[in-house]
Amino acid sequence: MGSPASDTVLAFEDVCLSFGGECVLDGITFSVARGETLVIQGAAASGKTLILKLSLGLIRPTRGRIFLFGEDVTGYSDPQWNDIRARIGVLFQEGGLFDSLTVEENVAYPLLNQKREPLGEEEVRRRVQESLDFVELGHTLDKLPSELSGGMRRRVGIARAIVTQPELLLYDSPTAGLDPITATTIMALIVKGRDVHHATTVMVTHRHQDGEILERYRYDPALGRLVPAEPGATRTRYMVLREGRIVFLGTPAEFDACKDPYVAKFASR
Amino acid sequence: MLDILKRPVYTFQEFILLSLATIRGVFRKPAYWGDTVIQMDLIGVGSLPVVSLTGFFSGAVMALQMARALQTYGATSQVGKIVAITMVREMGPVLTALMVAGRNSSGMASELGSMKVTEQIDAMRALGTDPVLKLVKPRVLATAIVLPLLTILADFLGLVGGWVVACVLLQLTPGAQYWDTAWRAIEYNDIAQGLIKPFCFAIVLSLVGCYYGMQTTGGTQGVGRSTTQAVVVASVWVVILTFIIGRIFTRL
Repeated sequence: MGSPASDTVLAFEDVCLSFGGECVLDGITFSVARGETLVIQGAAASGKTLILKLSLGLIRPTRGRIFLFGEDVTGYSDPQWNDIRARIGVLFQEGGLFDSLTVEENVAYPLLNQKREPLGEEEVRRRVQESLDFVELGHTLDKLPSELSGGMRRRVGIARAIVTQPELLLYDSPTAGLDPITATTIMALIVKGRDVHHATTVMVTHRHQDGEILERYRYDPALGRLVPAEPGATRTRYMVLREGRIVFLGTPAEFDACKDPYVAKFASR
Repeated sequence: MLDILKRPVYTFQEFILLSLATIRGVFRKPAYWGDTVIQMDLIGVGSLPVVSLTGFFSGAVMALQMARALQTYGATSQVGKIVAITMVREMGPVLTALMVAGRNSSGMASELGSMKVTEQIDAMRALGTDPVLKLVKPRVLATAIVLPLLTILADFLGLVGGWVVACVLLQLTPGAQYWDTAWRAIEYNDIAQGLIKPFCFAIVLSLVGCYYGMQTTGGTQGVGRSTTQAVVVASVWVVILTFIIGRIFTRL
């Protein structure tokens, strides 16, 4: 495999990762095209989060190549990675909010620290307010993360991820540990973030309902809410990991039809 | 045998890599002066009470314990000299560093460790900030600036403590003679030794605190483990370094 196709945002080519001689990811090969949504599922410790960390350059692969926005980023140094990271938004499993900064400072952080044209104070404030209004938390500017509920922290995390309007959005178990109502709210915001900004989305999740929402719904700006997506219009694919290997990668129809008992557990509807 | 050595060698290698990255970071932008000033306040101003008390009472104890021995030889007039040399060369730098290690190396390890286990350090990197520049550099610079200053304060208060015991409580020697012998006893070599030591201790104990914080794994239990390791390792290094530096200076 040479360089990926021009519309490919993220591609892994035979990526392996070992810790202390133990192989935790093996032969990972996939690509995500612009505007596409990839839902990564798998049991705990199957390597899902590691794929996101590799995509952000937080860890380096033992073998194989990683492409982002058409560039081979495998051997990039941290300063080179910072240019790439400015084009990616990420929501960590626990939100990853800085607990000593207010909500406003947290959301403004990528605008002030990533490599981009410097923005004026007013412009930063406007974008932060807009982003927090997007997740319906415009009134929490001065609060500290510790004063917010788990669901609200996740929503602030989403606001921080989308504030720079990145081309690629990575979500690590955005609904883990949340009640079903809050989880649905979070998923609705993720669909909204994807469709409003036309971002490519990669989401790691344990819940098959999360994948279903991404696959079956779209955000209607006129109505201001999610509506069912037209049949066949989905650009969502599923990937299932087992002990560091891809055991399934395909469309929703293939996912539903898969007879593998391990994969079927994640596809159960 | 190799397996037993693997862990400490790996730890040492990672510590050296963090130290080199921090040294490089000192000359790299952004400077994060604001964070450095905040850390100077936390480490310097925050440690003032404990360092003052430790300095004062170590000087007082020194005078108290020396009193009997000096009376035996009829050399009670030399108490100022002994307190001055001991405080400036050894006890001031070491005790101050041990207090700061207990208070701040542990604080750095627990703060950075908590950030590590809650993915804040990963988030920082993902959002385009180098954690070595943002978190480690300000702490190392701040400690390197304030620890020598805290040591000077501890030295002075140690001399005051010695004066209180020797001149006010036991009346071994007149106050003027105490200060005169103390002043005359200190040479440039002692002052150099007394300032280079805290500078070296500061670099090591702040790097040790940051290193154990950045290496934390295993949730809140891991944070506790890192904190303990940071204090123990930093304290042991203070004692080892004081011997090495002392040995170098005795040859000069």
